[in-house]
Amino acid sequence: MPNKNEARYNYILNLADNTLVLGQRLSGWCGVGPFLEEDLALTNTALDIIGQAQMLLNLAIEIKGEGTVDDLAFLRDQHQFKNVLLVEQPNGDYAQTMFRQYMIDSYHVHLYRALVDSSEKQLAAIAEKSLKEVNYHKERSELWIKRMALGTSEGLERLQKAANNLWHYQHELFENSEELDKLVKQGIAADPNQLQQNWLNDVSKLLAKTPIKTPQSGWRATGGRLGHHSEYLGKMLCEMQFLQRAYPNCEW
Amino acid sequence: MYSQGLRDSKAGDDSPELLEAFQKRIDNEEKIEPRDWMPQAYRQTLIRQISQHAHSEIVGQLPEANWVSRAPTLKRKLILLAKIQDEAGHGLYLYSAAETLGESRHKMFEDLLSGKAKYSSIFNYPTLNWADVGAVGWLVDGAAIMNQVALCRTSYGPYSRSMVKICKEESFHQRQGYDIMIKMAQGTAQQKAMAQDAINRLWWPALMMFGPSDKDSKHSGQSMKWKIKRFSNDDLRDKFINATVPQAEYLGLTIPDKDLKYNEKSKTYEHGEIDWNEFVNVIKGNGECNQQRMDARNRAYDDGKWVRATAAAYAKKQQKNEKVA
Repeated sequence: MPNKNEARYNYILNLADNTLVLGQRLSGWCGVGPFLEEDLALTNTALDIIGQAQMLLNLAIEIKGEGTVDDLAFLRDQHQFKNVLLVEQPNGDYAQTMFRQYMIDSYHVHLYRALVDSSEKQLAAIAEKSLKEVNYHKERSELWIKRMALGTSEGLERLQKAANNLWHYQHELFENSEELDKLVKQGIAADPNQLQQNWLNDVSKLLAKTPIKTPQSGWRATGGRLGHHSEYLGKMLCEMQFLQRAYPNCEW
Repeated sequence: MYSQGLRDSKAGDDSPELLEAFQKRIDNEEKIEPRDWMPQAYRQTLIRQISQHAHSEIVGQLPEANWVSRAPTLKRKLILLAKIQDEAGHGLYLYSAAETLGESRHKMFEDLLSGKAKYSSIFNYPTLNWADVGAVGWLVDGAAIMNQVALCRTSYGPYSRSMVKICKEESFHQRQGYDIMIKMAQGTAQQKAMAQDAINRLWWPALMMFGPSDKDSKHSGQSMKWKIKRFSNDDLRDKFINATVPQAEYLGLTIPDKDLKYNEKSKTYEHGEIDWNEFVNVIKGNGECNQQRMDARNRAYDDGKWVRATAAAYAKKQQKNEKVA
């Protein structure tokens, strides 16, 4: 693959893997949500997110010029996945799931808003379609943050714990690199600095309405884009890829 | 409100005149609506039947959700998720239909969680390989459709209308299940073995979904008279077998019934003896997965307790703020 294509491929694959891994995590709530309406709504979110993964993976293979969407999803090992560590974190309780979701929803909204104008036409089209979905996801996760933070003391306590666990995963969403910087200049990728500003703006505005405190310093997640993941991803893929690995070359 | 109907139909209040007028409406194919007078036993039968049906949809999510994380392609994962979501939606319509009879969803749910209420015996069997997901769509949803198409014409309006919508979705589920079976049956030897294994385990439990044989069905007579049921258990079961055996033949799979034979005269299949002991046992709670399914439902309910509480507390505070404003 020529260098120029490789940078685009890596960029798209990062976005695709974020949605693929998050979709797999979210689908773990299917059938066991806290109440029936919520079960339906979160499964809807999972469906949207996996749908986005499908479109983005499809664009990745078009750039690469070989393979299928399912090859990318089911036949890569964990070190070949480029998602941020945030999305592979376990579902935990509903506070952990929803805080993770709010972090990624706010990111997605700003990301897709920016990508609607990408010079990569197909990416712009995917962003336009996905933006409608993630706006709705964000509305929902925002409401859940309020419900937990401003509802019962247990809700607040659990949400604070989730915030403490997950806060340090945000930095990775906005990491820059030489390769990414070039894509931003070409008008293909969204500017991570701008995204970070917008994201922090949104998130701090919401959290200011609640008693939630965000940890100020600490360990920062990094490495996902280079294939360096947490221990959770490997186990998740074992399950997700089981059939394709155990029975290769089958039609399903 | 349905309080009118409730007041009118207290036990022992069912005068012969009212009963006769009610039966006349049924015989004239009129739909009974929530505010109409109805005999107490009609109401209770419907609450029992509709809530059992709703519980079946909700518990039925579990054996299928067992394969969501392992679906072999993204397309299959999306279809399976959407299908399970449909089932949850069916649960929601059905609980709502039952609520029109004066029973709260909360009460129905408590009865499910305590083990007091029943749900379809089929969901107490495990899904062990990927072909089971196909077989559940093909056989289990296929059997459900036979029942439910008949219920589209049931005499209680809200139940009948929810069935019309449910049937449309179920027939799609059945087709996607059969589509998985085609891929498996036409695939490698290992895939074909999975498909045969699935039908071996799920065929008899699917036949049991139609309920006891007509001679042993304790609720059937009155339900038929009230047109809650429109066909007998055995008639629907036979219809299912006649539709499904040729589909299995097309797949090249063997129905695990050595006594199954085609009757040239009646042009129908005759099946072997169903193991009713097994059926009764599973209904009583002694099936392979009864405990597992109930544990999973109770765990989800318990884990969700604080979530529901904090959402309710927030809603209350919001309402208060709105009043102040």
